[in-house]
Amino acid sequence: MTAVEIATAVRSGQRSARSVVDEYLGAIADGDDDVHAFNLVTAAQARAQADEIDAAVAAGRDPGPLAGVPVALKDNLCTRGVPTTCSSRILEGWAPPYDATVVEQLRRAGAVTVGKTNMDEFAMGSSTENSAFGPTRNPCDPSRVPGGSSGGSAAAVAAGFAPVALGSDTGGSIRQPAALCGVVGVKPTYGLVSRYGLVAFASSLDQIGPFTATVADSAAVLDVISGPDSRDSTSIGDAQPPVSDTLGDGVDGLRVGVLSELSGDGIATDVAARLQAAVGALETAGARVAQASVPAAVYGLSAYYLISPAEASSNLARYDGVRYGLRVDAASTPDMNTATRSTGFGDEVKRRIMIGTYALSAGYYDAYYGKAQKVRTLIINDFASVWEQFDLLVSPTSPTTAFSLGERTADPMAMYMSDVCTVPVNLTGQAAMSVPYGVGDDGLPVGVQIMAPALGEAVMFRAAAVLEASLP
Amino acid sequence: MGQQRITRAECAHVAALARLALTDEELDRFTGQLDELLDHVAEVEALDVESLPPTMHALPIVNLLRPDTPGEVLDRDEVLAQAPFAEEGQFRVPPVLGEAP
Repeated sequence: MTAVEIATAVRSGQRSARSVVDEYLGAIADGDDDVHAFNLVTAAQARAQADEIDAAVAAGRDPGPLAGVPVALKDNLCTRGVPTTCSSRILEGWAPPYDATVVEQLRRAGAVTVGKTNMDEFAMGSSTENSAFGPTRNPCDPSRVPGGSSGGSAAAVAAGFAPVALGSDTGGSIRQPAALCGVVGVKPTYGLVSRYGLVAFASSLDQIGPFTATVADSAAVLDVISGPDSRDSTSIGDAQPPVSDTLGDGVDGLRVGVLSELSGDGIATDVAARLQAAVGALETAGARVAQASVPAAVYGLSAYYLISPAEASSNLARYDGVRYGLRVDAASTPDMNTATRSTGFGDEVKRRIMIGTYALSAGYYDAYYGKAQKVRTLIINDFASVWEQFDLLVSPTSPTTAFSLGERTADPMAMYMSDVCTVPVNLTGQAAMSVPYGVGDDGLPVGVQIMAPALGEAVMFRAAAVLEASLP
Repeated sequence: MGQQRITRAECAHVAALARLALTDEELDRFTGQLDELLDHVAEVEALDVESLPPTMHALPIVNLLRPDTPGEVLDRDEVLAQAPFAEEGQFRVPPVLGEAP
């Protein structure tokens, strides 16, 4: 059942929320030893939440638009009293004293939270192999990675452990794993979804979004979690119309650009072929398709790998052994800080902190961080001129299908290249999503990325629905 | 690859700034990996972007303000219960300067 079908059945009393959650908890118990999508399954809490929903239905109250829908949460979303680890040893034993805004919104809408999903430590990675708790495996092929950093969330939906999962996307961490696992993944416009309670990686890029099996389910979840929040000073102040309302409006007459810079060099031929098939489907549905060029997009990866580590090095300064989680004791506070951080952080986090510290340090700031911020402006300007001619842009989500476990762990640069199609949109703050569109030569899922201007979610979802409907 | 962009000594200095103690093996490995990344991102050096303003934030949102009235705050005991060491309503740390009191 889709999330929308579950909610309809639970609200009408056809099905109990308890029976739904028991079914999914059973699937997790049976299958997650092989996948390792979850860091923690909160079964008792989930059953208690489901019982409350059923009590509300019995009392004639409407439990909300996501009534009884099980949701898995990436383990960087704060849950009050429930461990939130970011898959890092440094947060060992820490249980946040508050819920993230999205968690509150989901529960208010009747959703049932079933657990916390595995991720690359502090969301730094593209394969979910940088987890202190071991990797997650791709449910489509256990020898492959699920992508990352929200690999646990993508795998949970792909494996049928939950109809909905939330992730966070700083440089592609929702869209790339969605593509590699064959599910829908959405990176909303920056500021559309509150970041309050999302453990910060790179604050000017981070955004929360859904994973689901269907486009309509992602729309339903986005409609619940979007909106202004006074606790996030970067949240967009005006509420947006629900994207679910216009999902079936089609793409007739829409101008769709195939983003040349992200669709040519470096894209595997089987992935490129699936993009062409998707373009054909959009044309058949009435879209006017042409090649689009955003020349500066090719510098996205370089700008991203300076800006995001710089912001991370500042954000992660808070893990000093004083306020949360791990402390490795030493005779003085500075030594304790160093001992705690050196023990608690994994290799990739240390690398990013060092890149960021270097890019911000005296003598290098202008050459690296300052320059990257100006390149970011260049990329934004280039996209702005393309939006004068196009309503949407498309590209592959990932240059390849899912790669093998261990294939890129020894070579950080090769791993970073996994993000080449997804990072530009984080730098510009625009909306983007990945829609599964068939399989590559190896039989593994391929995702098509749809990009829209800021707050262009409604049009983006219309195209996603057309693509989904065009598949056999 | 061009000239070396970051030396082992610079890498050690950066690690100290970031409060990270690295082993010799880590320092060797990270120096090479950081150098490779810096070599890749150096492609932006050739771009003429001097006349462009820097972007700190992608959307034109400035100073979202709310009325200056007390709101809900976190419970102090709940927060401190999650700290490695707390005492008398405060975080406790080892000596910062010199001897313990």
